[in-house]
Amino acid sequence: MNGKLIILGLGALALAGCATGMSEAESRQKALAMMKRDFQSRGIAGIDRLNEDEVQKACNEYHNNPPKEVAERLQTAQMAAIKFPADGQLLGDWKEGEKLAQSGRGMTWSDSPGSPNGGNCYNCHQLSPKELSYGTIGPSLYRYGKIRGNSPEIQRYTYGRIYNAKAYSLCSNMPRFGHVGALTEQQIKHLVALLLDPQSPVNH
Amino acid sequence: MRKPHLVAAAALAAASWATLAQDKDPTIAEIEKYREMLADGNPAELYEARGEELWKTRRGPNNASLEQCDLGLGPGVVKGAYARMPRYFADTDKVQDLESRLVTCMTTLQGFKAEDVTKRPYGSEDHKSDLEALTAYVVGQSRGMKMNVSTAHPKEREAFEIGKQIFYHRGGPYDFACATCHGEDGKRIRLQDLPNLTTRKGAQLAYTAWPAYRVSQGELRTMQWRLWDCFRQQRFPEPKYGSDATVALTMYLAASANGGVYNGPGIKR
Repeated sequence: MNGKLIILGLGALALAGCATGMSEAESRQKALAMMKRDFQSRGIAGIDRLNEDEVQKACNEYHNNPPKEVAERLQTAQMAAIKFPADGQLLGDWKEGEKLAQSGRGMTWSDSPGSPNGGNCYNCHQLSPKELSYGTIGPSLYRYGKIRGNSPEIQRYTYGRIYNAKAYSLCSNMPRFGHVGALTEQQIKHLVALLLDPQSPVNH
Repeated sequence: MRKPHLVAAAALAAASWATLAQDKDPTIAEIEKYREMLADGNPAELYEARGEELWKTRRGPNNASLEQCDLGLGPGVVKGAYARMPRYFADTDKVQDLESRLVTCMTTLQGFKAEDVTKRPYGSEDHKSDLEALTAYVVGQSRGMKMNVSTAHPKEREAFEIGKQIFYHRGGPYDFACATCHGEDGKRIRLQDLPNLTTRKGAQLAYTAWPAYRVSQGELRTMQWRLWDCFRQQRFPEPKYGSDATVALTMYLAASANGGVYNGPGIKR
């Protein structure tokens, strides 16, 4: 079912490419070269941000639907690179987590270097029912812990998923907050608490 | 010396925002602000008027107006030109959007230097942008007309294909592409609805409402600005004003909006 759709999709792109005499791979390479020429470093946003890592490359080449063996190989590598807290403690303070979830700051060229990054959570997810201004790009996380419980396995899964969503689903829309250093270990712990602490408004 | 002032100003702004938020739901406050602006008419009209004045005034080292500028329909034809842009121009042998074409005319006809013209393309209260005003004037002359952008020329077709690649390209520290936010129906960031630019209907709705007067910025913003600020939020480095990459992306969006009735300059949050 999915395979058929992909084949159809690739066929359409190949046809579109024929009209210019450019294959999809060629227009992709031209686009990449053009971007590297037409973008410039500004503030903390350096031009090196246009260099694809292997995950981005696979997701771009396969339209976010890589073959199973590619996805598995890269997910395993991403998973192996997750640094879990040495002290084994994964739950922080949900109140700090809520503040982080509210903040969409960080990593743009208008952010100053060294200022703490936000978690951007409410941009895409529903969390606390008290916050009505939430985005819908990601699934609702309301009652996240109530549904899943608070076991060590769930804590580890939740920490890992925030640290690097691509270790679980290679072409997930979600940023790799720990992997790229956007959030610190302590910040991720606070977010895990926001999702799992029974006292957190997410679970009321 | 400047920093402490800035910090104090930011703290004050944050404090007053917090007070405001307590008094009134910020969404409602925002909507009320819209209505107020709309009741007064769209301030974009002021930019259109200033743009027309600039278009007709002799300026620059050559002391020439822009009245002989060819926007694709022949020298001096402004009516309907924007609804057919971006397009291929033989004299530059390039596909150009309105804004990069304006820069061409300001350099070739008026004798300005391109680097001076594009130094500060996005205006502020104390530094108004000529490019924003000129753009407002030209787009206003396509109001009510159907978008009809050609991809027949090989370079137009190529720009479209490259623009599409840029639209879907995931990159930067957050792995975002344009498509991450603009690839599905009914999505939003916080309460802000996101147009799905991969459908004809979504592309038409979004594209035909830009450029727009941005209430939150107090300025008229162009399509170049729209892309520039999207790339900022995408955590990308900065796209150069009027560059081929931005024109290609504009080509993809504009051609996807073909058939939609152009309705700008609009007014936005």
